[in-house]
Amino acid sequence: MAEIVLDHVTKVFPDGYEAVKEMDLEIGDGEFMILVGPSGCGKSTALRMIAGLEDISSGELKIGGETVNERAPKDRDIAMVFQNYALYPHMTVRENMGFALKLAGVDKDEIERKVDDAAETLDLSQHLDRRPANLSGGQRQRVAMGRAIVRDPKAFLMDEPLSNLDAKLRVQMRTEVAKLQSKLGTTTVYVTHDQTEAMTLGDRVAVMRAGALQQVGSPAELYDGPVNLFVAGFIGSPAMNFMPAEISAGKVRLPFGEVDLPEGAGGRDGKVIAGIRPENFEDAEVVGDLKGERGLVFEAEIDLVESLGSDLYAYFHVEHEGVQSDQLADLVEDRLEETGAAGLREGEEQVVARLEPTSKVSRGERTELWADTANLHLFDPESGESLRG
Amino acid sequence: MGRGTRDYAYWSIGIALVLIFALIPVIWLISLSLKPPDAITDQRFIPSEVSFDNYKSLFEGGIDDSPFIKPLINSIGIALITTVISIVLASFTAYAIARLEFPGKRLILAGALAIAMFPPISTVGPLFDMWRSLGLYDTWPGLIIPYLTFSLPLAIYVLVAFFREIPWDLEQAAQVDGATPFQAFTKVIVPLAAPGVFTAAILVFIFAWNDFLFAISLTSSDASRTVPAALAFFTGESSFTQPTGSIAAAAVVVTVPIIVFVLFFQRRIVAGLTAGAVKG
Repeated sequence: MAEIVLDHVTKVFPDGYEAVKEMDLEIGDGEFMILVGPSGCGKSTALRMIAGLEDISSGELKIGGETVNERAPKDRDIAMVFQNYALYPHMTVRENMGFALKLAGVDKDEIERKVDDAAETLDLSQHLDRRPANLSGGQRQRVAMGRAIVRDPKAFLMDEPLSNLDAKLRVQMRTEVAKLQSKLGTTTVYVTHDQTEAMTLGDRVAVMRAGALQQVGSPAELYDGPVNLFVAGFIGSPAMNFMPAEISAGKVRLPFGEVDLPEGAGGRDGKVIAGIRPENFEDAEVVGDLKGERGLVFEAEIDLVESLGSDLYAYFHVEHEGVQSDQLADLVEDRLEETGAAGLREGEEQVVARLEPTSKVSRGERTELWADTANLHLFDPESGESLRG
Repeated sequence: MGRGTRDYAYWSIGIALVLIFALIPVIWLISLSLKPPDAITDQRFIPSEVSFDNYKSLFEGGIDDSPFIKPLINSIGIALITTVISIVLASFTAYAIARLEFPGKRLILAGALAIAMFPPISTVGPLFDMWRSLGLYDTWPGLIIPYLTFSLPLAIYVLVAFFREIPWDLEQAAQVDGATPFQAFTKVIVPLAAPGVFTAAILVFIFAWNDFLFAISLTSSDASRTVPAALAFFTGESSFTQPTGSIAAAAVVVTVPIIVFVLFFQRRIVAGLTAGAVKG
């Protein structure tokens, strides 16, 4: 077990592409750290640099206090779980799991014992003499995990280990991974593009975009206090709604009304981008007294209703006067394209609201909605940075 | 009659025709080799009288006097040595070509292809001269070297194709598991490339085993003459008899190692050995 420290770690590929830019990250001993971001954001490259499979162009990488930049993967004492499992097809499950120990010169009985222990933990005992080709996807995934845990390494590195499983198995294995990690207490770096996995698994989550670290924090910190539009749009499902707004004289003018500038929201007079999470909307009828105290009641025409039983998603659009510049629209569109959130169209945008399932809203009707503006997020339209102090 | 059955019937007829076409000469050869000398010209497909005299005559006189034993040893030795050297060199080359980016990679592949295309006959004259002045004429290395020249490109091409199919991740997994690059190669990549290695080995072995051109041009005695060349020097029982029977018997005998070799390695060529390594 050990801590992993990345100090200004940079990766430049021979073709000049800068995959990871000056990454600073401290992963504590025993911590479960998630690297999350859209594809191509450099998260896998960062992991592969920690593993030693990719050279570090500049910066320093320390594992357990020792600089390991120049060390071969085999001398770093780390175990890695690959996205496609990378099991050795010519070896049985037992041989696969014992391979690292065999290379390390551990004696046979010891290997046998450790493999049996790991197989027990992962419920693989009855499959030890089969070959990977004869295993199901979930079993292969567990063998890949088993190969990592038998070694008792300084750290586990996992590169999207669950992305090849079907949805149901993925959720099941997600809890298994979390349990296993907390039981073993081994420092773990886990790469994923799935924000749900990131939010549910990690002690801390590091969000990356275009090779640069955006924000590092606990899932709650990222959710409640995103530092920029990207993190705000990436974390949370459905994604945060963004809309143009304007601050003047202590008031925020949103497309559907005006509210007092929430405390701690920060900001100065001028144009901003406002973000409201879907759950901060509610059917005005359901809210009751609260709507008098804070927030904003407005009327909207519901375009679409999706009922999931426990939740009800209502989609509506808000129009705004042509107060926004083209440049802003472009910026936002670019940002949202990456985050996969609903696009911000010229003069109109789609907003999703998560309502109580008891709400009576229906498609095509005009309904009174309430927005809890205490949780309003405001962002600088030029840089995308959060305006919160 | 369903479409499947009809297809099956057509295929069966087609395969039968090809088999007859390919095997009749072989059977004819076996038939010839079993006839006594005076029945060689009887034009019967099935010998009226079976005799193993032709085979006996091949091995008569022991190592020193038999016209066949020494060439057979030469053939086996030269073909095996060629195969081993060729496969070892070709695996390293092919591995580098499949895995690494280095300047001149295309040049090496293009060069290999060019050599494979080069007509061997045009090299025989110069080689003859060179080998005589270098003392390689009529020696094993004198044949092994040209065989390597022509078999390496073939082996490299076959192995590059196989190595490219092996997931890169497996090797990296081995490295993370604590293997040196050499261990990763020998313990993970080579076992997985085994079907490819055996395929290449068979091709190289058959090439070296069957060669007549170099064997006849670069040898002058039983010191290094291989079977295909030695057959041309067979004599009949007297100076007036054709050695047809002995040649047929020798031809049958030299086919046997090839069949054994192919059958032996074919068991290793298990398709889809890499199945289950990685998902997808």
